[in-house]
Amino acid sequence: MTTRSRIPFYVAVLLLIGAGIALAIWRHVELGIPWLTGEQRPVWMVEARVDFEGTEEPVLASLNIPEQPPGFSIISEQAASPGYGFSIVENSGGRRAEWSKRDVSGPQTLYFKAQFIPTDDSRPRRLAREPQPREMFWEEPQATAVREVLTQARERSSTPESMTRELIRLMQPDTRTQNTTLLVAEENYLQLVVDMLNHAGIPARTADGLRLEDARRRQQLMPFLQIYNGEDWLTFDPQTAEQGVPENLLLWRQGSESLLDVVGGDNSEVSFSMLRQTVPALQLATMQAESNGLGFLSFYELPIEEQSMFRMLLLLPLGALIVAFMRMVIGIRTSGTFMPVLIAVAFVQTTLLPGLIAFLSVVAIGLLMRGYLSSLNLLLVSRISALIILVIFITAGLSIIGYQMGFNTGMTVTFFPMVIIAWTIERMSILWEEEGVREVMIQGSGSLFVAICAYLVMSAPLAGHLTFNFPELHLVILGFILLMGQYTGYKLSELRRFSPMKVYD
Amino acid sequence: MEWISPRRLKRLGMLNMNRRNVDYIARYNERSSYPLVDNKLKTKLVVAEYGVKTPRLLQIVREQHEISHFREMAEDLKGFAIKPAKGSGGKGITVITGRDGDEYIKASGARVDAPYLERHLTNILAGLYSLAGTPDVAIVENLVQSDPDLARYSHQGVPDIRIVVFQGYPVMAMLRLATTASDGKANLHQGAVGVGLDIGTGRSLNAVQFNRPITLHPDTGLALENIEIAAWDEMLEMASRCYEATGLGYMGVDLVVDANEGPLLLELNARPGLAIQMANGCGLLPRLRAIENLKRPHFSPGERAQFAMETFASR
Ligand SMILES: Nc1ncnc2c1ncn2[C@@H]1O[C@H](COP(=O)(O)OP(=O)(O)O)[C@@H](O)[C@H]1O
Ligand SMILES: [Mg+2]
Repeated sequence: MTTRSRIPFYVAVLLLIGAGIALAIWRHVELGIPWLTGEQRPVWMVEARVDFEGTEEPVLASLNIPEQPPGFSIISEQAASPGYGFSIVENSGGRRAEWSKRDVSGPQTLYFKAQFIPTDDSRPRRLAREPQPREMFWEEPQATAVREVLTQARERSSTPESMTRELIRLMQPDTRTQNTTLLVAEENYLQLVVDMLNHAGIPARTADGLRLEDARRRQQLMPFLQIYNGEDWLTFDPQTAEQGVPENLLLWRQGSESLLDVVGGDNSEVSFSMLRQTVPALQLATMQAESNGLGFLSFYELPIEEQSMFRMLLLLPLGALIVAFMRMVIGIRTSGTFMPVLIAVAFVQTTLLPGLIAFLSVVAIGLLMRGYLSSLNLLLVSRISALIILVIFITAGLSIIGYQMGFNTGMTVTFFPMVIIAWTIERMSILWEEEGVREVMIQGSGSLFVAICAYLVMSAPLAGHLTFNFPELHLVILGFILLMGQYTGYKLSELRRFSPMKVYD
Repeated sequence: MEWISPRRLKRLGMLNMNRRNVDYIARYNERSSYPLVDNKLKTKLVVAEYGVKTPRLLQIVREQHEISHFREMAEDLKGFAIKPAKGSGGKGITVITGRDGDEYIKASGARVDAPYLERHLTNILAGLYSLAGTPDVAIVENLVQSDPDLARYSHQGVPDIRIVVFQGYPVMAMLRLATTASDGKANLHQGAVGVGLDIGTGRSLNAVQFNRPITLHPDTGLALENIEIAAWDEMLEMASRCYEATGLGYMGVDLVVDANEGPLLLELNARPGLAIQMANGCGLLPRLRAIENLKRPHFSPGERAQFAMETFASR
């Protein structure tokens, strides 16, 4: 027999553990599945309200709705407008919510609600088509004025961004020169800047933003300026020239020309109200996973009943890890290798104290009865079978008595695996006959201790959360169990067992 | 509570459970050889081919109907032992030391009748004492009449000698003496006394009971310091020969000394316990490593026993 190198083994185990952790981190980052259970995430619920006057004609109302607003992601959208047909239409100009109805008269109100979560995702979005500056024509004398202002701005700038800033500054009332005064009239200010930037060869457009403040109603959108710098659309405040999207500003309209079009209605207007909500991060993650098609990676796709079964199953490896640790590193003796895990699983369902009482009483009564069975000199198989039936009687009896006495916990006995209990009783009683009460106590209390430890770990909300939402972490558990299988050091119990060796040292 | 630090244990070269399992049993013991030692009948047959004597086999009871032959066979026997072939830890072993009319006298002094023994045989066949409850075979073998020199140290039961054999080299030995606490069984964890034996001479070193050092046998009150095993080199060679028979690199060989037949092999164990180190007052690891580091291993059992006696003698 050769001493094979253990390096490949350790490499494999390390890969296993690494893969588990990496996968978990990836899913945490990508799907937003939280590490902790109680984590809450803020969500903005924004409601757009469209009002118009019906004119007894077929109506088509079309509202621009956000598409990948920077700094936010949309987790749900819905419309409330009885009697209207509703659909969300996507085209090159952006996304629009469209309501339609044949005969409309009188004041009408349509609602569109969407939930947004702040994200710190700032990757530039891929644009289908490189934006081009629009051609602009000005009559004289504006043409000259535009040219001069632009020259002035260009002289003081080097990039599209600085050019934009300079231009905005030049157009402000306090710095206005004759040229600019000629151009600016209050209502056309933003459009003018956009046109001038396009004229200067910088693609520019307007956008509308909504300032998010908790519990505000009847809010209006605020205009912003956007320019394309060759990579991405950048947002500017048209008054202060401040660059970037301010915090809590949701860009509702980008790119498309109009916010609201109502065909067949008069006096149309749109207003917004908003509410800050908190949603468990986990719920959020599953909602997102469903919408981006990564849902197949989680157990949430399964029917609820299977889910709860998996919840239990996925806890088992943790129990196995604890048993392995207790036996191989601590050196606690248990009766039956994995009996403690099964008992711990039962404890998870019954909770600790009622479970403990129920378990101890079943085993104690079972041991008494087994004493009688052993005097019958039965063969093993029939003895175990008889024991299983007895255990069922005992559990039934305990549940009924418990129930009569008003303890609902009496019923919890039924969670214990009958066959396992029967075997436990059999083993304990053989142990009793052969090795004496002492050994029964040692192994019995060892088993219970390990079961309780396993229970404490398995019933921790965090454990259930992590094993269920990050099943890949089981690779890590597997890795640890494999590593423990290679642990050749002293067990804690051996430090005591071998302590008389001191005299020979 | 008394504790010893892992560093000191390491210095003493104490072999521990995990290392035994991973570095020795798993590495040196072929799985396929296990049935050979886990089945006492197979052990008996295979070691016989290598000239290792065991208590004489009187009857093999394989089937229920063969039990009827048991009574005729046992008719004119004085003493015998009934064992489950796949038993362990003394389970299901009935030792009959004599007769009183129709009744049989057990080693403990209790009297039983023939139907009791027949029921016992039925239980063995059904697998009551075998691992995992699989059907088993019962063997009936000659009673070992312990050499009186040794027997007087033991309270009931036959004293046996456990020798740990590593790759064919006997590396450590101890004598196990039954006590009242161990109920006539020579199992250390049940309270038998373990007396470490010097591999070089077969003389006793230290004695322990329940892992505590002692100097007198708790029941017989005899001093345990001057025991000497007769024909020691012969026993070591016999233990060493079991390596050829089974191919197990790390095993425990249990020998008894019969008053008439000399040393006999009682059983082999593929997972020998660690308590032998406490009885010897020294760890196994240095000796195991010495064997592992041998450049040229010896090929005959006699040479190996000789080498062990020279190398592992105490002082
Ligand atoms: N042939 C026999 N004669 C007398 N005693 C025996 C005989 N065989 C076994 N024993 C007693 O039974 C004990 C256990 O036997 P053993 O063969 O070692 O089986 P186990 O694998 O159960 O330990 C021995 O220590 C010895 O005391
Ligand atoms: Mg034995």
